[in-house]
Amino acid sequence: MGIEILSVSVDSIYTHKMWNEHELSKMVDGGVPFPMLSDAGGKVGTLYGVYDEEAGVENRGRFIIDPDGIVQGFEVLTPPVGRNIEESIRQYKAFQLVREAKGTKATPAEWNPGDPVLEPGPDLVGNVWKVWSPKKK
Amino acid sequence: MGEAFKPGCRPPVAVNKAETDEKPVLQAQENANASERRETMVKVGKPAPDFTLNAFHKGEFKQYSLSEFKGKWVLLCFYPGDFTFV
Repeated sequence: MGIEILSVSVDSIYTHKMWNEHELSKMVDGGVPFPMLSDAGGKVGTLYGVYDEEAGVENRGRFIIDPDGIVQGFEVLTPPVGRNIEESIRQYKAFQLVREAKGTKATPAEWNPGDPVLEPGPDLVGNVWKVWSPKKK
Repeated sequence: MGEAFKPGCRPPVAVNKAETDEKPVLQAQENANASERRETMVKVGKPAPDFTLNAFHKGEFKQYSLSEFKGKWVLLCFYPGDFTFV
């Protein structure tokens, strides 16, 4: 899909290996396809603002980083609630489209891949309702 | 992508280096007060702080730096722990 996934936790690379072998490979054919990084001590997590010092673990932080190394978006959840990968993919596709259009296009609220995009300019001011309504979906 | 290595008896955690352009962040964090720490927070539209970490990938132990992925989109996902429930 054109995006490299990296997962990070404070677990050791040995634990990553065991988790992949004993559980994840039974949930996903062939096991985890992306690198599982070990951030023992949470130093990188601290840098990204997701490390919980009291608990000694990292919260569920997800960062979309563009080909120039710029953070385009992030979301951080406390541990009990899992994320929705569909939303990450939707955002990635939107950021990719906007980047390819070199700033001439924008994706409105509730936009999904395949939906019309906006071309911001003087004519669009006050007229977004004509070309886009989240309710149309 | 990523450089393979063979782990020895020492736990391979020494790499674990995180850095920004300005100053060695690890040191900055060690004597950081709250306001200094806020400076290291990630912001949208700003460069993602680089780091180098050990990893497990498809049966191998490798080392990855975020900077290796320049030119590609990256989804960086932190989570609390292996073998947990969510």
